[in-house]
Amino acid sequence: MEQKKPKSRVAEKKNEVVASLKNFGTRIYDQLDKGVFPTISMPSRSTENIHYDPHLRQFILGDKSVSRSARNIRHVKPFTQLSWAAMFSNELTTQRKTSTLRDVYYSAQAYNMTFKDQQESNNIITDLETVTGYSREDFNIFPEERSAVFGDLTIEYTVPGYEGKTLNLTSHPDGVLIGPALTSSEFTHTTADKVIAIEKGGLFTRFIEENVHKKHNALLVLTAGQAPRQTRHFIRRLHDELNLPVYIFTDGDPWGMHIAMVIISGSANAAHLRELNTPDAVWSGVWATDIVNYKLPTDPLDDVDIKRLYELQKDPRYQNDPLWQREIKTFLKIRKKAEQEAFSRYGLTYIVDEYLPTKLKQTT
Amino acid sequence: MAQATFEEISASDFFYRNRDIAGFTNPSRAIFAAIRELVENSLDAAESQKIPPDIYVRLSFEAEATKDTQIYKLRVEDNGSGIQPRFIPSAFGQVLYGSKYKLKQMRGTFGLGGKMAVLYGQITTHQAAYVTSSTGQAKIYSFKLMIDIQRNRPIILDRKVLINKDQWRGTIVEFSLEGDYLRAMPKILEYFKQTAMVNPYANLTFVDPKGRLYKFTRATTEMPEPPKETLPHPYGVDVELLQRLIQITPYKTMAEFLKYHFHRVGDITAQKFLDFSGVSPSKNPKRLSHEEIVRLMQNLKRFKEFLPPDASCLSPLGEELLRAGIQKELKPEYLVVHQRKPSTYAGHPFIIEVGIAYGGEIPKKGSFVLYRFANRIPLLYDEASDVSFRVINSMNWRRYKVSPDMPIAIVVHICSTKVPYKTVGKEFIADRAEVRREVANELREVARQLQHFLSKREHVDREKKRLGIFAKYLPKIAQFSASLAGKEKLPDVDKLIKSVQKYGAEET
Repeated sequence: MEQKKPKSRVAEKKNEVVASLKNFGTRIYDQLDKGVFPTISMPSRSTENIHYDPHLRQFILGDKSVSRSARNIRHVKPFTQLSWAAMFSNELTTQRKTSTLRDVYYSAQAYNMTFKDQQESNNIITDLETVTGYSREDFNIFPEERSAVFGDLTIEYTVPGYEGKTLNLTSHPDGVLIGPALTSSEFTHTTADKVIAIEKGGLFTRFIEENVHKKHNALLVLTAGQAPRQTRHFIRRLHDELNLPVYIFTDGDPWGMHIAMVIISGSANAAHLRELNTPDAVWSGVWATDIVNYKLPTDPLDDVDIKRLYELQKDPRYQNDPLWQREIKTFLKIRKKAEQEAFSRYGLTYIVDEYLPTKLKQTT
Repeated sequence: MAQATFEEISASDFFYRNRDIAGFTNPSRAIFAAIRELVENSLDAAESQKIPPDIYVRLSFEAEATKDTQIYKLRVEDNGSGIQPRFIPSAFGQVLYGSKYKLKQMRGTFGLGGKMAVLYGQITTHQAAYVTSSTGQAKIYSFKLMIDIQRNRPIILDRKVLINKDQWRGTIVEFSLEGDYLRAMPKILEYFKQTAMVNPYANLTFVDPKGRLYKFTRATTEMPEPPKETLPHPYGVDVELLQRLIQITPYKTMAEFLKYHFHRVGDITAQKFLDFSGVSPSKNPKRLSHEEIVRLMQNLKRFKEFLPPDASCLSPLGEELLRAGIQKELKPEYLVVHQRKPSTYAGHPFIIEVGIAYGGEIPKKGSFVLYRFANRIPLLYDEASDVSFRVINSMNWRRYKVSPDMPIAIVVHICSTKVPYKTVGKEFIADRAEVRREVANELREVARQLQHFLSKREHVDREKKRLGIFAKYLPKIAQFSASLAGKEKLPDVDKLIKSVQKYGAEET
């Protein structure tokens, strides 16, 4: 099998992140030192400033910017919170510690910086992302959700205590958690030639049991529902650094379809960030047309499903590829949905032996 | 005077049979009424001499009477004018004998209170009353008295004369009565507190049967101008009064009769009125027939050109004293008082004074605390029937940014030669259009000032809070940014904080 020498970005990026935080602090410090009220400006995240960029194939923020001034009574508190969040993130990244959004909320209290609630502290972290252009995972602030990866990829840790240690991602049959240690690792070696992202844990386990990673020479990624941002970024790295094509398998319903879309084109909430999406990834199934072609057992679409389909039909992310419009129309026509497990009607291995190879070929 | 055909009863007999009229309804009410009547007599006695009153009241337990009532001894001492010895027996032993049957503002008007208290004591305990008094002359006179109820005459059981070495002046009344102090206690204490509020120049001391001392100390020795006696105003007379005046008048012509017996009637007004009613100015008033007297009375009310009564017969507290009284008893954070110009109803002049007090020691009750006074007497019963209560309830307080859940007390004082009480119990002011209008205008005035105060305070609070926010956060921004920038020295933000203070409104 062909071996690849991946290009590393991890260490380089860490330095950029720390520099951007320091730069942010210095800007405020210099203004205060000159005896003026510090102000900062950042792109506006209001809905009217979020645009879909067909070229980048993701949402981006427009030209509108908002400015925060410490002289404004309504800004001074969030301004302080933002400075605190920057300092806290700086400590995390330089001391190589990780934290969660919940942690952030509580840590602020140690500085007598209370947040009204979790939402307020989350917003401040999003502000910090907008100001610096880096996502919170870059500041070592991770969400609670976890997803997993399995396959022949050897990584090298950069987290304290593990520096230089390597791990092959086939070493644990349940897969390896996509957590802070993994996402900050360098990719050193792989024999895989594709990535398969799977929505559900049951199918992920089935694929491992059935040796899909060997049979199809693939890295398997469990998104566990809507993929967390760090997982989306991880998939992007697998694609960019290892040049692997990405195939996504979800349930055959509007929600599964959209899980795939967010991996491909990102979300409006993350319009201020880059590199969380993988524009070249493809949705391989379960399509509405698969439901028809494979005569899968189905449930009827309910009102919420249908409402969602009409929303997605107008969504700019769904305009590029005729595939999406065709599938939406088919869903609306058959008014049915099917889960990935529905293939079990043809036996437990049918999905691996028959469906998967067919679809991989079809979407390559 | 008495014209009863079948059985003549004396005035004291009448009140013995109808003691509810004077407020001696039940044992708890009676003990309250007895204290109140004697205290008010004492206040009047001191004020008439322009002496700041010093009043000492002691109620002591004597014996159990019934299941719910006890016998108490009540002693009231004052430093008032004192009573000349020849008047003492009648002043305390003869109902409807008194010095208050004149037209000027007085606390009582029945000449009944002190005597009713003594009468009530006698009928419930069969014991004599002791009255000691001196006008400050060489001697002190001390009487032991009972009332001959059927004949309405005092019986003098003993009389002592003492040498007044210290030139003491005042009156001491002591007698026993049956009552229920425990139930009366809250009202009695409230009465003293409110009396102290509206008589800020008085020292009041009360020792209750348990030996507890309640002391209300004066806040000033300033006293209001005492009222001047006045003649009846033409609008206020009735047939009976006209007949009495005609009986006693020494004047031989209607012109003189009108001029000398009525308030604000001079030669010209008398002439105009007589023209108006078609009565000859030279007619002898004693020659008027009964029908003519009735017509005269009707014309007096109909004639539009009488001048309104002047207020010299009134003795309002005045804004300064009202303020002092409310301040010392309620200790509010903010207080505004206001007095309006005199007004009249049915020929009787009256003045309304109000105060509105906010915060401080005033409790939050979910409704305004209302203190009502008439001629410097607190009104403690039937609040909901009072005109002030109704005016307050019908006012749109939200207009003044005031709500009942704020700690607010409202004080309304009405002064009049004839307070428009609704009932004989004299506990609340009738809802008369003239009075209602004055009270309403007065309350609006003070409410506006309270609103002004509240909004100013709110502004100051907001400003303080605003500065507090900058003072809290700017140093933190300095600290965090210094840490991020890797600087040891913190930037100085004091100047920035000060600049926010100087320029008020830079918010957008």
